[in-house]
Amino acid sequence: MKPIRLPFLNAGLLLAGLLLAGLLLPGLLLAGGVQAAAADHVHASDAWIRVLPGALPAGAYVTLHNDSAQPVALTGATSTAYAEVMLHHSSTAGGMSRMSMVDTLTVPAHGEAVLAPAGYHLMLMKAKNPVKPGDTVTLTLKFSDGSTLATDFAARPANAIDAGEPHAGH
Amino acid sequence: MKPRYLLCLPLLLLLAMGALLGGCRSEPLPLRLTNISGHMPDLDFKLTDDNGKAVTGANYRGKVVLLYFGYTHCPDVCPLTLAQLHVVMQRLGPLADDARILFVSVDPARDTPAVMHAYVNAFDKRAVGLVGSARAVEALSKRYRSAFTREPGDADGNYEVSHSSAIYIFDRDGKARLLATPSASQDDLVHDLHLLLDTGATP
Repeated sequence: MKPIRLPFLNAGLLLAGLLLAGLLLPGLLLAGGVQAAAADHVHASDAWIRVLPGALPAGAYVTLHNDSAQPVALTGATSTAYAEVMLHHSSTAGGMSRMSMVDTLTVPAHGEAVLAPAGYHLMLMKAKNPVKPGDTVTLTLKFSDGSTLATDFAARPANAIDAGEPHAGH
Repeated sequence: MKPRYLLCLPLLLLLAMGALLGGCRSEPLPLRLTNISGHMPDLDFKLTDDNGKAVTGANYRGKVVLLYFGYTHCPDVCPLTLAQLHVVMQRLGPLADDARILFVSVDPARDTPAVMHAYVNAFDKRAVGLVGSARAVEALSKRYRSAFTREPGDADGNYEVSHSSAIYIFDRDGKARLLATPSASQDDLVHDLHLLLDTGATP
């Protein structure tokens, strides 16, 4: 942390840097704390993926339950199984179906948000390895408060209508 | 009571005659979905099926056809519609062997016959994927006043396609008969397809 290696930095900048680090570090630790608490206020159920042939993108569905008194918003998800995950919404208006990207989906306080066919879904793209019906894929759901929720999704055949037999995430 | 009973007799006779004539072609079928008989042109197109074979509407005469426009990079609504049609086909039992789901791609740039083959077969063995030039697909789409648009793509070349959500149903003679939406009840679809499949069946 000595300024010797960066002689062009003036003392003021160094001080600012140290201050920033001082501010960020507890922030990061706090985020870690919130993250650990995440599974406590949101839980998931009926998590499944409709697997399509080849390298085609797949839709992931889940019901999110918010057990807290504060609304929380789903902002997206990450997965080690897919290179890209996007939050999407399908709609049918005037006889036309279209899909659009959305930034967030609010899970109301003491309520739930449903990601289901023909509505909200996570679009999974670029599978790193082929996903087959019967597989379990973990998606880490990300929320607006910085918390995350690792959820197991059941991979189901293309012609599945819903999650099938009750499949609880955690 | 007696006179009223007698008054009813001619009506009953008329009803009985109607029942006898039920098999007649002119008798309208008690269809539940939106009836488009006479309002849409017959099934006609020049496309390529998912086995790479050139096909026209005439190839599907004798079959009841469910025509649906979509694309394979549609991970939500298209698979849901096809999965629901699969359930309908299952409910029709062996009768469904005389029906075909024609899934026409509105995304000719990405949907090759091979991609379409894997896709439609993941849903139902009586589903056929159809591809063609942008012009051929547009011609078919316009024929049924269907529409689709391609949204601007992103940096990775991904793009979304808006498309008509309607399912057009044709009888064995290739006549347009019904229009269904993806939200149509499965009971109504099964009911109406049953009627169409029972009509003009080849012995």
